[in-house]
Amino acid sequence: MDTELILRVAPFFLEAAWVTIQLSVLTALLGLGCGALGAAARLSRLAVFRWIGAVYVSLWRGTPALIQVFILYFGGPQIGIQLDSFAAGTIALGVNIGAYMTETIRGAIVSVDRGQAEAARTLGLSRWQTMRKVVLPQAARLMIRPLGVNINALIKGTALVAPISVVELTYTAQRFIGSTYKPFEMFLVAGVLYMAIIYAVGHGINWLDRRARIV
Amino acid sequence: MTDQAFVTIRNAAKSYGALEVLKDINLTVNRGQIVAIIGPSGSGKSTLLRAINELDPLTSGEVWLEDVQINKKLPHRQYEAHVNQVRQDIGMVFQHFNLFPHLTVRGNITLAPRMLKGLSEADADKLAEEQLAKVGLSEKIDEYPSRLSGGQKQRVAIARALAMKPKVMLFDEATSALDPELVEEVNLVMKQLAEEHMTMIIVTHEMDFAASVCDRVLFMDQGVVVEEGPPSVIFHDPKEERTRNFLRKHLSR
Repeated sequence: MDTELILRVAPFFLEAAWVTIQLSVLTALLGLGCGALGAAARLSRLAVFRWIGAVYVSLWRGTPALIQVFILYFGGPQIGIQLDSFAAGTIALGVNIGAYMTETIRGAIVSVDRGQAEAARTLGLSRWQTMRKVVLPQAARLMIRPLGVNINALIKGTALVAPISVVELTYTAQRFIGSTYKPFEMFLVAGVLYMAIIYAVGHGINWLDRRARIV
Repeated sequence: MTDQAFVTIRNAAKSYGALEVLKDINLTVNRGQIVAIIGPSGSGKSTLLRAINELDPLTSGEVWLEDVQINKKLPHRQYEAHVNQVRQDIGMVFQHFNLFPHLTVRGNITLAPRMLKGLSEADADKLAEEQLAKVGLSEKIDEYPSRLSGGQKQRVAIARALAMKPKVMLFDEATSALDPELVEEVNLVMKQLAEEHMTMIIVTHEMDFAASVCDRVLFMDQGVVVEEGPPSVIFHDPKEERTRNFLRKHLSR
């Protein structure tokens, strides 16, 4: 193993890791937004919204994320959507993970005991007051771990924007392989950095989960 | 003060598809009256109770609280507003307490009064203290429900319902989920409410309690009221064979 080479390329990889982190954070935020809207739609009283939510989830979970990235980046200009690769990658991945988060959030909400909402409604609280003050605070706790699983998946999924030339970890590894012919070292470095990010985020999720535990 | 129709149920019927769970039920409860509903499981007694505050709306028939029809047919938005309003006057206590686990005892009691009646924090705190004193749990005000025994949880649930100053209280098997030694403390709170002339409708399996506290007992089976009358008659001299059978099983236990 060529350790000297690894040290020489390290600064470039650290920069790429920073891009991966930015991608991950933005994707997660967009995903949470889509997930919250998707869950609201799936749980709506109105059939139209439930239908829209169901279609969203099944289309976006039913096709490869890579295809979704390609459709937006390569196909977008054909229908007048011109985005740079970073924006296209973030949006495609965010909307993709949002479909998974929709199901996570919905699942957490429906697994709060029905008696909780009944007790709140019986006191005179409206549907929305009940959701906000009684159901969501309990569901939020239930969704931390499964959302952590979604976030873990999306961090690894950011590798899917390498083919559209976002200079993140996987792309950087491929680029250096082209000039050094050392795929083992380059992918190893990328892998270690992915792991470091995932490890840190995993700790954050554990910390949140412990803090949110109901007394 | 009494002898005035307070809760009125007229021709109540409910079905799930072909399954009729309530059939033409009529019931009038006067102000300050305490009515027990007894019967085998699946008889429709809980469904009837839950129809009173629209948790399980009737398929047909009417439910009134004083001069307000609770189950008015209205467009969705108006219906929601109407139901939210009338429910404030109807306290309900559940078999499994349904305390909010993420809130303290104080939070459980003050949530609805603060949100719906706009009470200040200080006023809401005072209200919580009053209601807790009433159920004998003043020292638990800052505990979370998970730190309470079943009996204590149910007493807090009663305090939470009372904090809305309801006109009538519904009890849905309030002591069924409790260990036997914890039943008495909840019964005592309910007896105390009876002495204060709270109007109460109680679904229960506890015949002794029904006999000692209630003015009237309804025996339900298969979605109909088989027999009703004062406890002395229902428990000691029931007219119907089905009532006798049911009581034989329940009293000999």
